[in-house]
Amino acid sequence: MKDMSATMSIVGSYLEQSEAVRARFGRLKAREIMLEVSHLHKNFTSAGKTTAALKDINFKVHRRELICVVGPSGCGKSTLVRIIAGLEEHNGGAVLLKGQPVNGPGSDRGMVFQGYTLFPWLTVKKNVMFGLEVNGHGRLESEREALQWLQLIGLEKFAESYPNQLSGGMKQRVAIARALANQPRVLLMDEPFGALDAQTRSRMQNHLLEIWRKIDITIIFITHDLDEAILLADRILVLSAHPGEVQEFIEVPVPQPRNILQSVTREFLATKARLEELIYTHQAPAEDGEEDYPIMARMTNVSDSVD
Amino acid sequence: MQVLRPLTPRARFVFGILSVALPLLIWCTVSYVPAVWHPQVMITNPGSVSYLDVGAHMTREAFAGEVADAMAEGRAVPEGVRANPVYLPSPGAVLKAFYTSFKTPPETKDGEWLHQSLWHSIQIIFWGFLISSIFGVPLGILCGAYAAIARVNESFVEFARYLPAPAFGALAVAILGIYDGPKIAIIVIGTFFQQVLIIANTTRKLDPALLEAALTLGTKSRQLLTRVVIPAILPDLYRDQRILLGWAWTYLIVAELIGTTSGITWFITQQARYQHFPNVYAGIAMIGIIGLGTDMLLALAGRRLFPWERSLVKSA
Repeated sequence: MKDMSATMSIVGSYLEQSEAVRARFGRLKAREIMLEVSHLHKNFTSAGKTTAALKDINFKVHRRELICVVGPSGCGKSTLVRIIAGLEEHNGGAVLLKGQPVNGPGSDRGMVFQGYTLFPWLTVKKNVMFGLEVNGHGRLESEREALQWLQLIGLEKFAESYPNQLSGGMKQRVAIARALANQPRVLLMDEPFGALDAQTRSRMQNHLLEIWRKIDITIIFITHDLDEAILLADRILVLSAHPGEVQEFIEVPVPQPRNILQSVTREFLATKARLEELIYTHQAPAEDGEEDYPIMARMTNVSDSVD
Repeated sequence: MQVLRPLTPRARFVFGILSVALPLLIWCTVSYVPAVWHPQVMITNPGSVSYLDVGAHMTREAFAGEVADAMAEGRAVPEGVRANPVYLPSPGAVLKAFYTSFKTPPETKDGEWLHQSLWHSIQIIFWGFLISSIFGVPLGILCGAYAAIARVNESFVEFARYLPAPAFGALAVAILGIYDGPKIAIIVIGTFFQQVLIIANTTRKLDPALLEAALTLGTKSRQLLTRVVIPAILPDLYRDQRILLGWAWTYLIVAELIGTTSGITWFITQQARYQHFPNVYAGIAMIGIIGLGTDMLLALAGRRLFPWERSLVKSA
């Protein structure tokens, strides 16, 4: 804790916002509520034992906001986003999309997964057409729109390629285009860049911000990478583990538009210090079978040290 | 030789050739080198031994006894060359039989030429496999996709697949007569139950994330089967079908013995009766060649049917 306050004194508080940032948040909050999660509960039952995975989760997301969800492993952030997507049931509370409770999956909530989920038997173009076709759009119209989306993400040259001919980053770009082609109200992203190498991930982050600025989409982005969360998010929802509860909903004070150079600014560092404080001091107790790491016995000669 | 290390193209080629050449080489050695095995003597001149004919086979010990007796009594000595038993013809004889057996007219007036017998066998396999697949493939997919359907069916199928198909032979004749009906039925019984289980398992291996992705794109759950499950498993299903077709062939001989013997089985049993063993080997080899040939053609077609599978190895 002492170290933390020392950091604070250097970088200041994450709560300090510049005039422009405050004004921007004011305009953002004036927008209508797109998604509301209220009193959400989720229990898991395993071996006859019921544990609370999510407990009384409450938050609201405005239209065209980009929210990141972070938290220690086991905090239920994936479960949260899967409940919003309608892929999992919940045990209490509600998820409201534009005031209407969601019930099962639907094309108004698109999703990009961490693993590659493009349909391997369809070309890139047909993958993007998939959502349009199952929602009753004609083939020609779907094709035209799919090509437009491929153009937007810069992959029109790969329209006739199959997913397994693409790199990991390209696959996720197509997955984003496929989700967006349905024109969902909310785009849910569950650690979509987690499997990518650092360089590709950085390019994908910029790419996502670019897309987000240009279209009317509200994004909920799960990540365990705190830098990624600060770079992308308007606000960061911090969850604690066992049970998953909202610790804080942080307004990121880093000015928009964002770029990687901001990661050394005062606002960025202050936010990161706060996130680390929240996540590492509220670290979950070791999970079953995963005990604390032991202190190792010395296996070298004491005199053979340069320290 | 390292565990799980792929071969160089050159090594692949050499070992591939060896896989065919080695068994052939062993066969040739046993057939053409008289010092190797050859436990019998084929008589070329009976000499003074009354019960010997030219071309008759006898063991080397018995032949040596006759020679010793003849020499001791000063009679004409029988002559012969070392030979293998008639049931092991030489590669050359079998190769020749491939040609001659097609050219030999049927022994009886209502008999079939070899090519007619083969065609008959192919038709039995075709209908048996088709009927089995019409029911087995959809049921397998449904069992794989829906746990309830699997629960209802699979315990019976598990039980039934242990029942040897030939056991139903008499029953099949009683119900379906003595011609092609019972034969096709045996192929169906032999294939169907395995088919349901194998295809159900293939369906279960589908990555559930693909289903979730489809659901978040607005796919209705009743569309999942046709939009995602079937196209996703199709290449594996095709591979399963190729393996199952191989199994169907292995039931052919038993099936064709039921009722009136027919097809290639009729040819093989007939030739064995006359001790034309080169023809028997040729008949057996033809089944292998047709089976392998069909499978290779199907593999080739599969690569055209499922182009997205082709570059999989490269990116993995």
